[in-house]
Amino acid sequence: MAGKNERIFVKGNEAIAMGALDAGCRCFFGYPITPQNDIPEFMSKAMPEVGGEFVQAESELAAANMLLGAGACGVRAMTSSSSPGMSLKQEAISYMAGSEIPGVIVNMNRGGPGLGDIGPSQGDYFQSTRGGGHGDYRLLVLAPSSAQEAYDMTHKAFDLAYAFRSPVLILGDAIIGQMKEPIVRRAATLADPAEGKEWRLEGTAAGLKANQKPRAHRIIKSLFLMDGELAGQNMKLQAKYDAWKDLVEFETFEVKDAELVVVAFGSIGRIAKNAVRVLRKQGKKVGLFRPKTLYPFPEKALAKLAREGKRFLTIEHNLGQMVEDVRLSVRRDADSELFCVYPGNMPSPDDFVAPILRALGRK
Amino acid sequence: MPKAKSAPKAAPATKAAAAKPVMAKTVAPKVAAGEELVFTRPASLADRATHYCPGCHHGIAHRMVAELLDEMDLAGRTVAASSIGCSVFLYNYIQVDTVESPHGRAPAVATGIKRARPDTFVFSYQGDGDLASIGMAEIMHAANRGERLTVVFVNNTVYGMTGGQMAPTTLIGQKTTTCPGGRCKDREGSPIRMAEIIAQLGGTAFCARGSLDSVKNIRQAKKYMRQAFEAQTRGLGFGFVELLSGCPTNWRLSPVAANKRITEEMIPYFPLGVYKELEGDATCGSLVSTGAMAGGAAGESK
Amino acid sequence: MSRILVTEERCKGCLLCTTVCPVSIIRQSERINQQGYKVAEVGAEDMDKCTGCTSCATICPDMAIQVWRSKKTKKAA
Repeated sequence: MAGKNERIFVKGNEAIAMGALDAGCRCFFGYPITPQNDIPEFMSKAMPEVGGEFVQAESELAAANMLLGAGACGVRAMTSSSSPGMSLKQEAISYMAGSEIPGVIVNMNRGGPGLGDIGPSQGDYFQSTRGGGHGDYRLLVLAPSSAQEAYDMTHKAFDLAYAFRSPVLILGDAIIGQMKEPIVRRAATLADPAEGKEWRLEGTAAGLKANQKPRAHRIIKSLFLMDGELAGQNMKLQAKYDAWKDLVEFETFEVKDAELVVVAFGSIGRIAKNAVRVLRKQGKKVGLFRPKTLYPFPEKALAKLAREGKRFLTIEHNLGQMVEDVRLSVRRDADSELFCVYPGNMPSPDDFVAPILRALGRK
Repeated sequence: MPKAKSAPKAAPATKAAAAKPVMAKTVAPKVAAGEELVFTRPASLADRATHYCPGCHHGIAHRMVAELLDEMDLAGRTVAASSIGCSVFLYNYIQVDTVESPHGRAPAVATGIKRARPDTFVFSYQGDGDLASIGMAEIMHAANRGERLTVVFVNNTVYGMTGGQMAPTTLIGQKTTTCPGGRCKDREGSPIRMAEIIAQLGGTAFCARGSLDSVKNIRQAKKYMRQAFEAQTRGLGFGFVELLSGCPTNWRLSPVAANKRITEEMIPYFPLGVYKELEGDATCGSLVSTGAMAGGAAGESK
Repeated sequence: MSRILVTEERCKGCLLCTTVCPVSIIRQSERINQQGYKVAEVGAEDMDKCTGCTSCATICPDMAIQVWRSKKTKKAA
C-alpha cells in the first residue's frame, strides 16, 4: 500500500476499490462481469485483511440484495457491476431507495443493449439518472473521468449515502475502469461507529447493559398500505431529492469567452476536453462543460451559460440521452446540438474536432 | 392486490391487515393460588390481532418463532429478513428489528445482515412461492455457503396473498386459480420437495420438515425449529425448517378440513422428519471463527 | 383446577381448538365478536373437566387461548 501522498499507478477499477476501502467500506458483494472484475478481485483480498466481508454472490440480484441487508445494519458496503448486471440490480436499488437504505453501487458501463460488447458506453445514462428500477425515485449519480476522480468520488459516495440514507451510484465505463493512471490515496478512515445509530438494525438490546430495557423494534420497509402513508413517504423522498440540488458538481474549461460549449461527461468529457484544447490552439472559441454529478444535474450552471448567449453541443457515447437534460436546462435561451458516438465505437479527440467545428460554424 | 374470494371473513393481507389493532388486549394473566399459567403469549409476540384468515397456520409459526427467540434469549440481538407474501407483515407481530426483502431475496438480504453484523441472530421467514420459486437461487446458495442463518419455510402449496395461484409446491391434481383443472405433472412439473434439496447442500447444518396440522406435529415442529436456531447459535451452519401449513381460504376448505388435508394429502408427499443434522461443537474454533469461513463442514451427516 | 381463557376478540372461530380437546369441552358459542366470528368457549359447567393440557392453545393460530394448570394436576400428570 502506498504511503501518504505517494502516487501509485492503478486502473480506474482499482482506484474505485481503494476509494471504498479507504472510506471504511467493510462489506463487498460482487459478481463477475467484464469490465469491472478488478473491483471484486481487489475486494476479495482487501476485505478479509481489514476484518471485512467479501461475498461472491450467486447473481447480481443477490449481490444487490446483500448490499440492502448490510446497509440496513448501518455498515458501509458496496457492490459493483456492469450494464447487463445493473439491470438485475435495479430490483434491490428500488427497494433501497424506497426504504432509505444507504449503499454504494458502481456501474462500469459497457455497450448495449442486451449483451452488447465489453467496450465503453454511456448507454446507461437514463437508467442511472431516472432511478433505474420501478417506482419514482432517484439516486445520487457521480461520473468520474479519471482514476483519481474514481477514487475520490467513491470515497465521497459513502459519506453521501449515509448523510442521505440513499443508494449512491458511481457511473464509469470500460475506459475509466481499464485505464491505468496515477492516483494519490488518502489516509484510510473508519466509519463513525455511531453512523446510522438512530435507524440501523442491530437488535433491540444492542449496546445496552444487562439491566436496561431493550428499545422498541425497528422496521425498515418500503411497503406502505395505509391511507396516505405511501404519499407521505414519496413526499419525504422528494424533499430529500430537492435537498440534493446543492450537491451539484461540474468542471468548466475555457467557457468564459466560448461561443460554443461542449457538454460531455465521464470518459467522453475527458476526450472532448482534448478536442477543445486542439481547437483553442487554432483560435476557435469553444469550451467544455463536464457534469460530475449526473443527478442532480447542473441545470442552473448550464442555464446561466445559455443566458450569456452561448450555444451548446452535447457529445455522448450513446444515442442521445444526457442531451435531453441539457436541452431542459438551457431551454429558455438556447438549444443543444447532439453528436453521438455509437456504443461499439471507441472515440478519439480527433473524432470530435469536426463535429465541434460544424456546430461552431452553424449560427 | 390480494383477493379473498370465498371463505371466512378476514381478507388475506390487505390494508385491513396493516390497520391499527383495535382489538382488546389480551387479559393480563392472573394466577390464583394453586395454579400456574402454562400457556400465554411470548413477550416477543405483539399483543394484537393478526391479519391472517381463520385457521391459517402463520399464526402458529409466528408464535413458535417468538417463543424460541424468548426461550433462547435471542430477541434482543435478532435481525429478521421478512419476505413477500402473507407473511410480509411479520414485523407487525414479531417484535424484533426487521428489514423487508424483495420477493425471494430474503436469504441474500439475511446474508448481508449476518456478514455485516455477525453478532446478530438472523432469520428469514418465507413462503413457498417466495422461497421455492422466485427465490430458489438465493435459498440454495445461502444454504450452500453455510451462512449462519435460520430459515423458516412455510409451505402451504399456494400463493396465499395474491389469491391462491399455483405454487412450486402445489400437489399434483390440486386446483388453484392458475391451474383450475388441477396441477398437471406433464405441463407444470412436480411439487418441489425443498427439505430434501436443502439437505443435500454442503453448508446446511440442520434441515427438517415439520407440520402444523396436529398438536403432536406442532410440538415436534417446534423442536425442529429449535435445532434450526441452534445450528446458527452454535456456529454450525445453515439451519432450515419447512413447516407444512394450511391455507383454508385458498384451498376452499374449512380450517378443520384444511388440517385434515395436510394429514392425508400433504404429509404422504412431503414426509416429516430430520433430513440433515450435523454433529458439531461450537468450541470448534475454525468452524465459527469468521463469517468468511462459511461453508466449512462441521462433521458428518447423520 | 385447570382452566383456559378464550380472548374472544382474538378468536376467529376456526374451531381447530374444538378438535384437539381431549375432554371435548370446547365448543362454538352463539356470541359474535367485533370481527364477526362466532367465538369458541368452554361452558361454565364443563370448565372443571379441563386438564390443562394446552392442546387447544397450541393449535390456536391466533394466540386467543391462555391456559392455567392446577399444580395438583401437574403433579398427578
